[in-house]
Amino acid sequence: MTDQPLLLSGAAFWKSFRRNRIALAGLIMLALALFAAVFAPVIAPYDPAASVEITIDSIYARPSAAHLLGTDDAGKDVLSNFIYGSRVSLTVGIFASFISIVIGGTLGIVAGYLGGRTERVIMRFTDIMLVIPDLPLTVVIVAITKPRLLNIILVIGLIGWTTTARLVRAQTLSIKERKFVLRARSIGAGHFHILRRHIFPLVLPLLVVNSVLIISLAILNESTLSFLGLSDPTVVSWGQMLNYAFERGAMSSRAWWVLVTPGFGIVWLVLGFTLLGHGLEQVLNPRTEWHHLTDHPLMVSLPAFPETHP
Amino acid sequence: MTTPTTSAPLLAVRDLSIDFITPDRPPAHAVSRVSFTLQPGEAMGLVGESGCGKTTLSLALLRLLPPQGRIVNGSVQFNGRELLALAEPEMADIRWRHMAMIFQGAMNALNPVVTVGSQIGEAIHRHYPFMSPPEVAARVAELLDMVGILGARADQYPHQYSGGMRQRAMIAMALACSPEIVIADEPTTALDVMIQAQILDLLDNLRRHLGLAVIFVTHDLGVVAELCDKVLVMYGGVTAEYADVDTIYNSPRHPYTQELLKAFPDLSKPQAALNSIPGYPPRPDALPTGCRFHPRCPLVFDRCRTDQPALLSVSPVWSSQQSSGYAGTANSKRSGEVRPTHLASCHLVENDK
Amino acid sequence: MKSLRLIASRLVWAIFTILFVMTLNFVIFRVLPGDPARGGLRDPRLTREAIEAIRVRFGLEKPVINCVQSLNPWEPGPCAVNPFDTQFFIYLRNLAQGELGISYHTNRPVAEMMSQMIWNTILLIGLGQILAIILGMGLGILAAWKARTRLDFGALLFSLLAWSLPTFWLGIILLFWGSNQLGLPIGGRLTPGVDFPNTAAMLKDLGRHLVLPTLTYTIVFLGEYMLIMRSTLIDVLSEDFILTAKAKGLHTFQILKDHALRNAMLPMVTLIAINLGFTVAGAIQIESVFSWPGLGGAVFDAVGQRDYPMLQGAFLLLAVTVILANLAADLVYSWLDPRVRTD
Repeated sequence: MTDQPLLLSGAAFWKSFRRNRIALAGLIMLALALFAAVFAPVIAPYDPAASVEITIDSIYARPSAAHLLGTDDAGKDVLSNFIYGSRVSLTVGIFASFISIVIGGTLGIVAGYLGGRTERVIMRFTDIMLVIPDLPLTVVIVAITKPRLLNIILVIGLIGWTTTARLVRAQTLSIKERKFVLRARSIGAGHFHILRRHIFPLVLPLLVVNSVLIISLAILNESTLSFLGLSDPTVVSWGQMLNYAFERGAMSSRAWWVLVTPGFGIVWLVLGFTLLGHGLEQVLNPRTEWHHLTDHPLMVSLPAFPETHP
Repeated sequence: MTTPTTSAPLLAVRDLSIDFITPDRPPAHAVSRVSFTLQPGEAMGLVGESGCGKTTLSLALLRLLPPQGRIVNGSVQFNGRELLALAEPEMADIRWRHMAMIFQGAMNALNPVVTVGSQIGEAIHRHYPFMSPPEVAARVAELLDMVGILGARADQYPHQYSGGMRQRAMIAMALACSPEIVIADEPTTALDVMIQAQILDLLDNLRRHLGLAVIFVTHDLGVVAELCDKVLVMYGGVTAEYADVDTIYNSPRHPYTQELLKAFPDLSKPQAALNSIPGYPPRPDALPTGCRFHPRCPLVFDRCRTDQPALLSVSPVWSSQQSSGYAGTANSKRSGEVRPTHLASCHLVENDK
Repeated sequence: MKSLRLIASRLVWAIFTILFVMTLNFVIFRVLPGDPARGGLRDPRLTREAIEAIRVRFGLEKPVINCVQSLNPWEPGPCAVNPFDTQFFIYLRNLAQGELGISYHTNRPVAEMMSQMIWNTILLIGLGQILAIILGMGLGILAAWKARTRLDFGALLFSLLAWSLPTFWLGIILLFWGSNQLGLPIGGRLTPGVDFPNTAAMLKDLGRHLVLPTLTYTIVFLGEYMLIMRSTLIDVLSEDFILTAKAKGLHTFQILKDHALRNAMLPMVTLIAINLGFTVAGAIQIESVFSWPGLGGAVFDAVGQRDYPMLQGAFLLLAVTVILANLAADLVYSWLDPRVRTD
């Protein structure tokens, strides 16, 4: 354990990252999504905010040359809504997870490093928060505080830090006992100095992997809230598209394009982050992944067996 | 300690080589052309610092290497039967029934959530499937009794045992199917000195009582002096020296053996400083050229750095017979002497001739 | 003795957590902007009698708690009041009596409405979870045993994909497909307006309604259980005692069954417990999509109808259910692990 290198150098990291097909696939998926979100006004054929004249034909219109992915219950272009929808998911995912990571990371490091009563109080509180089901709590708070984008980000962020706190605490505990930290303490280095110079750099890789997974959870939570009817009405989001479609007859109109498209977007983003996170974990924390029952047909690989053998 | 060398060997290992394969890298030679024989009831010490290939060699005898491990050369004959030629199910029948192993660290080698009794019993049931459950239970109680554990404790879990008791239970488990050979891999690490002595006594008594052949894997030459008939000293995956225990202690020829003996506290001279060899054994993926011991050898000279020394017979009785690595005691039949070969791989041995 | 003390401490902890959730619930509904307790009084759907009942029930003219007259807006109050005559205590007393208020939407007691829903939710979650756990563990065992093979890689990708699926969307897609292609019911628990001649006919109808939600549930949770089982089992299979078992000549199947799984079950139980929160999240989404008359569906409806008493009640009951299930998992764990059980 102790003689294993603790941190990968940038070059070594990039070398094994490039080889990891899972991480690379995730990164490419995310890059495409980010591109769509940033350049939405350029890519999208229509402006979702512009009003449309509603006729019988414009509602739930099948995909056509004018509307590549058809139209929704309000006659709006599904493809354009789809492209703009990535903005909400990415915004909420990134900002909410940032809040969660800062809270969880701070609590975890402080609890693990200081120990004693501080640790007990923090971890007891974390345990309680861990047991309370996230989504119902989020729904209740957002329902009461009104679903503005800022509220949604704050609530998701303020609730989703528990797993981070536990992971970071465990990591801090193990780092705290390492020789160089003990040495720094024995020569009288201050707590802040030790935390910043010795502990934080070693917690960072874990935080990065964890934040990627927290982002994907935040995106799923946001889309679920929107689907349940708790979306910011001033912006288009994928969950909201599904909510409108589901509540306003897309099922009976068999308008599959309104039902499939937004969900595809959510899966794309969440899968991108999940793949990236899984790959990063493999790169930063490689496991041998063999065990005592692994098939080993080549154990005896003798080119020319001695003549003694019948 | 005389050995009945006239009978056919129980176990004959010849030129066994084991590589470890890692992608993108040349194979690491963990064990290279090691040979030895074991007679029924004989005790052999397999000695060397950690990282010299002792455990790898022991696991290879049971064909239990990890997936990176490859047996790339040699032969392992048990009672004349080639183990390396067996299909896996046949090999599984040999394991524990004929060749059992006492692993180092009984805490981890025992399953924490299965009772000690059923961990012993399942081995019996595996190789004697027609024994009834009461017969198996009786045998488990008998085995525990043999190692000084109350039969009633068979229903307890490993965590309810003390460290010494766990190691005893491990020994009882190894004896479950009355094997001919037991490999004891550092059987006393992590135990305190008193308990160590007890466990070693127990093993020695059981060996004599049951006529077991035992391979003691250890870095402790004291253990070897007390318990073994002969010794195989390994360094960097090769045989450094191979001889009967008196020869090893009284006239070691390999500098590594000599250094190990210096490091071993001599009880007759308690004032003597404990001498440990500076440096570490080479990693199997970065073996030095020439003699694998030359970077640490006090007697190193130029040739050691370039030429790998062959394993040569030391005793003048057999100086005419150039050994190609086969260290059989069958030679002694021809010479009429009841003594095992003394082999060492050092250029100094050759120079002496 | 040790295990008794352990059970007692878990029990105390669970009670403490439940009290915390109750307090949280109180604070959320009294502090946050919107203040449904007060705001609800202006809800045009309520009759005069209902409004009066709410006033009495919440004790709205009384201080929130000692020293605090009102939380939103903040207003300090007298400290020397009878603590039993405050809003917080009245709230706790109401809860203790199983009184959760009157639904704004149906004007029926929330507790009465939920007493039926909870069983529907337990049926759906239970069925989906059991299937997901069995299938997920099976796949996980296979993937761990054959670690680093193509089969393992395929199972891994499938799990990551399944994990990334929004539950409600998978539900919508399966509902779309199942109702159009397979002629399965579009939602609900039983076909409305049908008089079932016998229990078998009713169970058959129930089964047809359960197919799609259960399938959704299983797929969503399967992946995660597989991933957990896989990594846990790889850890266990790397332990020394597995090598011992192999050295004993035991067959692979026996090693898996008698040695690996017994050990792998322990972390699985813990992780299933940690997962319970997500289980509830899944229930909310699936019940919403399939109009399943359970607690999760009630949350969805309550959000749409701004039915705060219902929302509050459903949240509380879901949270308490998860806490109790967690307690059960803890106890199962200490019963399964001989290191805890025997001393």
